[in-house]
This record gives sequence, structure tokens and C-alpha cells, in this order.
Amino acid sequence: MLDRRHAIAASAIATASLLLSGCGGSSSTTSTTSAAGTTTSAAASTGSTEKMTLTINVFGDSFPKSVYDAYTAAHPNITIKENRADYGAHHNNLQAHLAAGSGTADIEVIEIGQIAGYLGQGEKFVNFNDQGVDPAQWSPAKIKQATATDGSLVGLGTDIGGLAICYRADLFKAAGLPTDREEVGKLWPTWEDYVKVGSDFIAKTPDKKVKWYDGAGHVMTGILAQEKNTFYDDQGEVIAGTNPVVKQAWDLSVTSIQAKQSAALAEFSPEWNTGFQQGQFATITCPAWMTAYIRNNAPETKGKWDIATVPGGSGNWGGSFLTVPKAGKHTAEAVDLAKYLTTPDTAVKVFKEFGNYPSPVKTWDLPEVEDAKDAFFSDAPVGVIFPKSFANLPEQAAGPQSGVIGVALNTALNQVEQGEDPTKAWEKALKDIEAAAG
Amino acid sequence: MNDLAAGHPGRRTTTGARGRLDARAMPYVLISPYFFLFAVFGAFPLLYTVYVSLTAWNPRKPGSKEKFIGAENYTKLLHDENFWHALKNTFGIGLVSTVPQLLLALFIAHLLNYRLKGRLALRMGVLLPYVTSVTAVALIFGQFFARDFGPVNYVLGLVGVDSIDWRASMWASWLAISAMVMWRWTGYNALIYLAALQSVSYDLYESAQVDGASKWQQFWHITVPSLRPTIIFTVIVSTIGAFQLFGEPLLFDSTRAANGGSGRQFQTVVLYLYQQFWFNGRYGYASAIALGLLVVIGIVVIVNLLLVRRISGED
Repeated sequence: MLDRRHAIAASAIATASLLLSGCGGSSSTTSTTSAAGTTTSAAASTGSTEKMTLTINVFGDSFPKSVYDAYTAAHPNITIKENRADYGAHHNNLQAHLAAGSGTADIEVIEIGQIAGYLGQGEKFVNFNDQGVDPAQWSPAKIKQATATDGSLVGLGTDIGGLAICYRADLFKAAGLPTDREEVGKLWPTWEDYVKVGSDFIAKTPDKKVKWYDGAGHVMTGILAQEKNTFYDDQGEVIAGTNPVVKQAWDLSVTSIQAKQSAALAEFSPEWNTGFQQGQFATITCPAWMTAYIRNNAPETKGKWDIATVPGGSGNWGGSFLTVPKAGKHTAEAVDLAKYLTTPDTAVKVFKEFGNYPSPVKTWDLPEVEDAKDAFFSDAPVGVIFPKSFANLPEQAAGPQSGVIGVALNTALNQVEQGEDPTKAWEKALKDIEAAAG
Repeated sequence: MNDLAAGHPGRRTTTGARGRLDARAMPYVLISPYFFLFAVFGAFPLLYTVYVSLTAWNPRKPGSKEKFIGAENYTKLLHDENFWHALKNTFGIGLVSTVPQLLLALFIAHLLNYRLKGRLALRMGVLLPYVTSVTAVALIFGQFFARDFGPVNYVLGLVGVDSIDWRASMWASWLAISAMVMWRWTGYNALIYLAALQSVSYDLYESAQVDGASKWQQFWHITVPSLRPTIIFTVIVSTIGAFQLFGEPLLFDSTRAANGGSGRQFQTVVLYLYQQFWFNGRYGYASAIALGLLVVIGIVVIVNLLLVRRISGED
């Protein structure tokens, strides 16, 4: 009887401990959470010296190690941990963690193509307007892109994309095209001209395996990159299906596909990386951050690339923001780090290391930016080419599902590249867009 | 209570109501942790999914979480050609990957059952693919089946066949994904069949051999009938696996957009669900897809059960 009673007691304790372990949370850190969480408008540094690790989630080359190291040298109690995921996974995880209320990093990088989806969730992010940030550091357009519907500033601008065309001068030479970047820029005042030159190239290039560009999605992105309203109108309504600008971009991209100009490589895939190494295409729609990808993917092609003006003369593709989700455990310190990472000095350091063009306005006149030349790209004057491309850009309208619509159209172009009938692919894309964003 | 006391002559027995309750309650107390965990991690999410499927929740649309739309997601689902297409893909890839795989596993088990030299190493060797990670396999096979520089296309080129874009056409992508699934699961199923074969007397094979039966005849007339219950088991498990197919189609698509190819050539239902939930942010609709899949699986399970009953009934 004693044994049975003990057995019951033992199993009751076992059950109870299982229940409690299921419910248990990180109770040990609640004290630090409340301590950090109550520090609100901290214009000055927190002055706290407790040891902590600040995590930052990125999807590409955002900050060189030297930038992180300089911060940790000045703040010895802080360790910075960078987590990298691919673009899609990074943003999907961020959205899921925001919805769940936990799991976000202390600082999350959000790209311009995705940030519109977060502007309706402003209450989940720290409002930088209350954190002593001067919005005049950035252009009004950049600030607007990161301003939530409730008026809070959720993101601090890191880089800005701009737009150009990066081309392989050696492949141009082999096909009898001019190689000097000024002359190349004059070849394509419009995107129609770009496609015409492409047909010329395809006809004259000695190596028939070389195509004009990597993927039609990039051509369409380039064409739309200079427009004010593409997928959304100014009232926030989806107009992707009816906007003539979008249809024209689609039609031109399809024309170029049918002219066999596309290498049909999925962007940022292993095949795309190989494409650079194997020289499978002669041009690529090139914002400033793309130069880092080219450099990393095909280091042996150094000096063979150059940069020319984009057709249409202007455009912006990409650029990111640093955000601090409120669910983080150390929001005050994270805000301090975010401010440091987006100062003009840091932005210039990133520009020198990775080529990402800085977004703070006063960096644009600095000699080290304006006079910068990129040796990998035959000393192209990157400090002049990229700012020119976004100098006269209208404020571009975006909406919560801009990213999804872009992907749907890219996918449809991919279908056409694989041989599908363009009309069918277009209708399918519109149906999917209607379902996802309508 | 005396029957419990019978095995323990030295102990005092509990009599009466408390003793009876004690004995009756014990089994439930012991298994309750499992059911509690199931309630928390299985039943509650399922019920919550039903709840979410009745809303229009999209995290990018503020205020949509509380917006009830009733069965609208389900009517959308019934008319959604992408869902039916994904279902077709799931069944198709399931058949193409399961049927040849189980036949091959059966044959391998039959061969491994013979007293071969080094048969232990062979038997362990067939299981090696099973222990590799799904992600690693998908990425490497993805490279094998690359369009421009993949080894498979290279070998095909050697015999004069044009390069195939394995992701562009439905059949090519189904074959490639089935190759991954077969590579992983054939050994596993072969060992299950092999274990079942141990109960088949070797004398049957010997006497068949004496009677002049070929290895093929032995296989068809001894091995297969003896394994009928095991075959039914592996078919059910493989069906479950086929419905859950997700990692391979997700990673086979170089665009990483969870579209299962540019035209959803190989998008399975779970992948479609994943895309709608994570990429498109349609939490409510994705929940409806999940429950739609549950209904489909339920139907398949019932069909399976009826077939099994019929087959067993024949014996």
C-alpha cells in the first residue's frame, strides 16, 4: 500500500512537472526586459553596463565587421551578433515573429520592396521620432517610405539603390559594340533601345551561349523603377492589372525574351552565381548594391565590368532600413546601435567596403563619395552615376503587397522564358495578384 | 483487488472503493502527460486553425485579424484552380515516387534475403540515404538537375539527348523530385520488407528452387504474398509521406519563391499552403487550405481502410 501511494504521488509529480515545463518561459530574463522596456525616450545613451548580446537580422551584406567592432570597442558590455537569411526567408520570418509577438531580433533590416507591408503595423516598432532622430538626415522620399500609417518613423535608412547598367566590356568588344561607358550610355536612351541593342548583341556575339541579360524579371524591374505609380495608386488601391505602365513593361520584357536575350537565370540562385562566373550574360540591371554581388560571385572578372547610365536616365531599385521591433529585450540599446549604424560616417564606410550607396543626404557631397571610383568596374565613377539616377525621381507609391505582386510578375516572366504563352502567363499572374492582394 | 494482491503475497491489499478507484485511475494518470501534450501542441493548434480559417487575417492588413468572413475562405478554396492543381501535383508526384519505389524496395528486400557475402554491410548500406538531411539532398539533387551545368544533363548530352530544363516541365520536375524521394526511402522500405521476410521460411525458397522456379517466380509467388500486410503498411505510410511532401519541392525551385516552379509545375498542397501563408501573408486562407488538406487525407484514409478490409476479407 505504501508503494502504491508512493507510485501515485510520483506519477502526480511527474505529470505536474511535465505540465509546468510546458508552461515555463524565460522567467529569468523578465527583470532585464522590464528594466530595458521602461526606458522610453532615451535621447542619450542608456549608460547601463550590463552584459548583453544585440542581434541584428540581415539578408545581404549590410555592415562590414569593422563597423560592428568599432561599436563594441566603445561599448565593451555589448556583443553584436549578425544573423543572415536569404531575402524571402528573412522577411517571412520577420512577419511571422511580429505576428507572434516574439522571436524578432533586436534590429531587423527591412528592404524597400517589403517595408510597405509593415507600415500598417507601426505599433510593433519603436518610433524613431521619439528617439531623438533627425529625419532631415534623409530625403523626404526615404523618410516617407519608412513612415507608418500611424505617423511613426519605423525605419532608419541605410543604403539607397539608384540604378545603372553593369556590363561586361570585354563581351561588348567581342560583339563589336562600343566599350566606353559614356558611349554605351548613349546606346540606350530608352528601354526600347536597350532591347534593340540586345538583339544587335545577340546577332553579333561570337559565343552564342552568351545572352544579353540574366533574367527578364530584372528588365521589368528596371523599367518600372522610374515610375511613380506601378502596382498601387496614390490612394493605396491595387492597379497592377490595369496600369498601362505595367503592361508596357511586361510587353517589352516579353519581346526581349522572344528575341532570345534572356539567360533565364533565377536571381540570387546558385545558377545565377554561376552565370557571373561563366559569363552567361553581358549586362545586368544594376543598383549600387548589385556591385557587391558581382564582386563576390565572380572575383576573377575584375576589370572586365563597367557601369553605364540606365535607360531612361533614372530609377531606384532597393535600399533598406533598420527597424527596432518593440518585442526585443533591449530596445533602448538597440536604438542606440541602430542610430550608430545609420550615421553618415557608417554609411560611407559601408559604401567603401561593399559599394552600397549611402542614403544620408549630406554624404552625397563628401569628396570620398562623390569622387569614388570602383576598380572592379574599370574605375567607374560610382559616386556620380548612382546619385544622378535617383536625383529627379518622383516619390514612388508602394502598398502592403508590392513585394508579392512583383514576385508574381517575375514568376510569370520566368514562365515565358521557359516557353509558356505570354498571354496565358499574364492572365494567370493577374489572377494570382487578385487573389493575394485584391 | 485480490487479483492485484495475488502477485504480492507479502503486501497489504487495499480494499473497497478507494482501492478500486486507485487501480482504475492509474492507467489514465500514466498516459495523461501524452494527451496533455497532444492537447496543447496538437488539438489546440488544430482548433485555432479552424478559427483562423473563418477570418480574413492578413498581417499586412491592419484590423483583418478580427474580421470574420465565415465560410468565404472555403468557397474560395473550392474555386481555387491553384489548390486543385497542387492536389493533382501531390497525387501525381506521390504515385510516381511511391509505386516504383515500393516495387524496387520489395525486389531489393528479396535479394538481400539471400545468403549473400557481406550481406550485413549491404543491409546497412541501403539505409544510409535515409539518414541524410532533406535539405542537403534537395540542394545537391537540385544541382544534379541544373539546366545549364548539371551532371544529369551532361550525361544525357553524351548519349545525344538535348539538355532538359528539369524545372520547366511537369513531368521532368516530377521525375527529379521522385528521384530524391526514391533515393531516400527505398532503403528504408526495403529493410521493413526484409524484416517481414524473416518470418517466411527459407525452406519455401529451397523447395521452390528444387522444383526449378526462377528467382523471379520465387519473388512473385512466395515473397509478395507473404508480405501482404507489410505492403499495406508501407503503402499507408508512404501515402502519408506523399501528402506531406514539402522540403524537396520547396528547395528544387531556384527562385525560392515557394511557387513550385514558374507555373506551379511541382507545387504540392503543403507548399501551396506555405506560399500563401508566409509569402502572401494570407493567414486565414492558408488555414482553410490546411483544413482542406485534412479533408482530402481523411477521404484517402477511408478509401485505404475500405480497400484493406476488402483485401483482408479475402483471406
